[in-house]
Amino acid sequence: MSTAAKKKTAAARDADTDGEFWNLRLYVAGQSAKCVAAVRNLNAFCEQHLAGRYRIEVIDLLENPKLARDDQILAIPTLVRKLPEPLRKIVGDLSSAERMMVGFDLRPANP
Amino acid sequence: MAKTNGKGSIAKLPKALTGIHGLDEITGGGLPRGRPSLVCGGAGCGKTLLSMEFLVRGAVEQDEPGVFMAFEETPEELAANVRSLGFDVDKLVEQKKLFVDHVVLDTGQIEENGEYDLTGLFIRLGYAIDAVGAKRVVLDTLETLFGGFQNQAILRAELQRLFRWLKDKGVTAIITAERGDGTLTRQGLEEYVSDCVILLDHRVSDQVSTRRLRVVKYRGTAHGTNEYPFLIDEDGFSVLPITSAGLNHVASSERLSTGIARLDAMLGGEGIYRGSSVLISGTAGTGKSSLAAHLARESCARGERCLYFAFEEAESQIVRNMSSIGIDMRPLIKKGLLRFMAGRPTSTGLEMHLALMHRAIREFQPRMVVVDPISNLAEAGLLRDASTMLTRLIDLLKTEQITAVLTSLTTGAQREQTDIGVSSLIDTWLLLRSIELGGERNRGLYVIKSRGMAHSNQIREYLLTPRGIDLLDVYAGADGVLTGSMRLAQEARERADEEARAREADVRRRSSERRRAAIEAQIAALRAELEDEESAERRAQTGERERVARASHVRNEMARSRKADAVKGSSSNGRGSARTGARN
Repeated sequence: MSTAAKKKTAAARDADTDGEFWNLRLYVAGQSAKCVAAVRNLNAFCEQHLAGRYRIEVIDLLENPKLARDDQILAIPTLVRKLPEPLRKIVGDLSSAERMMVGFDLRPANP
Repeated sequence: MAKTNGKGSIAKLPKALTGIHGLDEITGGGLPRGRPSLVCGGAGCGKTLLSMEFLVRGAVEQDEPGVFMAFEETPEELAANVRSLGFDVDKLVEQKKLFVDHVVLDTGQIEENGEYDLTGLFIRLGYAIDAVGAKRVVLDTLETLFGGFQNQAILRAELQRLFRWLKDKGVTAIITAERGDGTLTRQGLEEYVSDCVILLDHRVSDQVSTRRLRVVKYRGTAHGTNEYPFLIDEDGFSVLPITSAGLNHVASSERLSTGIARLDAMLGGEGIYRGSSVLISGTAGTGKSSLAAHLARESCARGERCLYFAFEEAESQIVRNMSSIGIDMRPLIKKGLLRFMAGRPTSTGLEMHLALMHRAIREFQPRMVVVDPISNLAEAGLLRDASTMLTRLIDLLKTEQITAVLTSLTTGAQREQTDIGVSSLIDTWLLLRSIELGGERNRGLYVIKSRGMAHSNQIREYLLTPRGIDLLDVYAGADGVLTGSMRLAQEARERADEEARAREADVRRRSSERRRAAIEAQIAALRAELEDEESAERRAQTGERERVARASHVRNEMARSRKADAVKGSSSNGRGSARTGARN
C-alpha cells in the first residue's frame, strides 16, 4: 500500500503539483454518516495522491459553530483547499476520487 | 406584543407586530408568531427593505432581536441601503440586537462530490440566533441556494427541514423569494411556507409606477385581501390600508369659521363643521385657491395646523399670490402652522400620492387639509381611480376629524358637477362661478349644499380685494343677476330711483298738505256760517221772549188800569196771562 502510494504520489508530483504543500480543511458536523464517510474518503485520497505533503484539519462545526460563518460554510461536509492557491471547495462525502481529481485539477495518476 | 386577530373566539393565532405602518392593520396584528412567512415579489420591489424593517422595528420597538441572513447583499451594502431609510443597522449590531450574516455562494467555485446536506446553514443560523437571542429571522433570498448547489433533490429536502427547524426554534421568520413566471416564487417555496404569504408588486401603468402589497394567504386569520399601495421612503415602508375605511367616524358638531364673516353667515351663521369636507369648485380664475387660503389662514389663526397640498402651483407662487389679497402666509409657515406639499400630480401614481399624503398627514398632524386642486389628480391616473383615491382620502380625513378643503376646477359645461365625481362625498359645496354680463366677468359664490345646517340659497358676488375676499349681495331681477359694473350701475340707478321717489313723495306730501289746508279752510267757513245761523236763532228766541214778556206786562198794565179783579195766584196768573196773551 505504502509503495503503491509513493509511486502514485511521485506520479502526481510529476504531473503538475510541483511538490506543493497541501493544506486541507474538512468541515463536518458531528459523526453523521456523511461526515464519517468524508473523513475516510479524504484520508484515502490524500494518502494516495499527496502522501507526505498534506495536512488535513477536520473541523466539527457543532463544536465551533462560529467558523461556519467565518469560512462561509453551508453544506456539510465541505472540503476546503486552502493551499495551494486558488482556494477550492468541494461539498459532499467525497465518494468519487475521480471527481476529486477534477476538482483539485489533479491529473489521474494512471492514465 | 402578540396580538390576536379578535375576529372570532375560536382561532386566536399569536402574531408578531411588524411595526410596519399599515401591514399590521391588514394582517390584523402582524405575522404569525413563531412561524415562517413568505414574502415574494419581483426584483426591486422592496422585499429586502420590508424584511429589514421587520427586524429593525422588532429589535427597537418590540425588544425582539433578529437575525438577518443575507444571501445576496453584503452586510455593508445592506447597512448602506437601509441607512437611507433611517435604520442604523451597525448600531443595532453593536448593541447585539441584530445579527447580520452574509452567505456567500460562489456558484462556480463549489464542486459537488457525493452526498451532502445543509447542516452548515443550520449551524450558522443557530449560532446567529443564539448570539443575540433572536426572536425574528430573515432569510433573504433563500432561493439563491438553488444557484449555488446543483442537487435539487437535496436542496428541496433541506429547505423543508429548514422550515420545520425554524418552527421548532419558535422564531418568527420572513423568507423572501423572487417571483416566478406564473407562480408566486421561482422555486415553489410557497409549498413549504403555508402560513402566510405576502406578495409585493411594482407595476408601471401609464408610465407611472406604483408599489402594491397583497396578503395572498394567511392561514387562520382574517386579513385584507385587497392590493394595498405601499411606499418606500426615508421613513421606511408604509402600507396604506385605506380601502378598509368605513363610515363610522364621529361627526363633530363644532363649527369653524371660514374666515369670511359673510360666508359664515351664509352657512347657517356659524360656518363649517369640524371634520367636514368642503369642496370649492369653479371654472378657471374664479378664486378657488384664494378661498381655500382664507380657510387655511383661519385654521392657523385658531392655532391649528393646516397642511396644504398644492398640485398646481409652487409654494412660493401661492405665497406671493395670496399676499396680493392680503393673506401673508410666511409667518404661518415660519411658526409651523402651515405646511405646503407641492408637486405635480403626474410625478407619481395616484396610490403614491395618496400614500405620500397619508404619511404627511400622519407626520404633521394637521387639523385642516387643503388639496388644491383635486381635479388635477385625474391626470395621474384614470378618472375612476382618482375618485376612488379621493374617497379614501376623504374617509381618512374624516376618521381623523380633519377638516378637508378641496378645490376642483370645472369646465364651463359642468358647473354643478365635479370632473372627478366626488360631490356626493362632500358636506359643504361652494361653487364659484363667473358671471358674464355687460362685457365683464365677475365672480359669484353659491352654496350648493351644506349638510346639517340651514344654508343660504342666495348668490353672493365674490370680490377679491387687497384686504381679502368680500362677499356682496348681487342684484337679481328680471334681467338676471347683476354683478360688477352692472351692479354698480344698478346701484346708481337704484339710488336715482330712490331720489326720484323721494322727490315724488315730497310733492305728494305737499299737495296733500295743500288740499288739507283748503279743506280745513272750507271747514272753518262752514263752521263760521253755522255759528252765524246759531247766533241768529238765539237772537230770534231772545226777541220772542222779550216780546212775550212785554206783552204780558202790557196786559197787566192794562188790567191794572181797568181795575180788573185782582189776580188770584201768581202761577195761575202767569199761565192765565200767557193764555190770555195767546188769545189776544
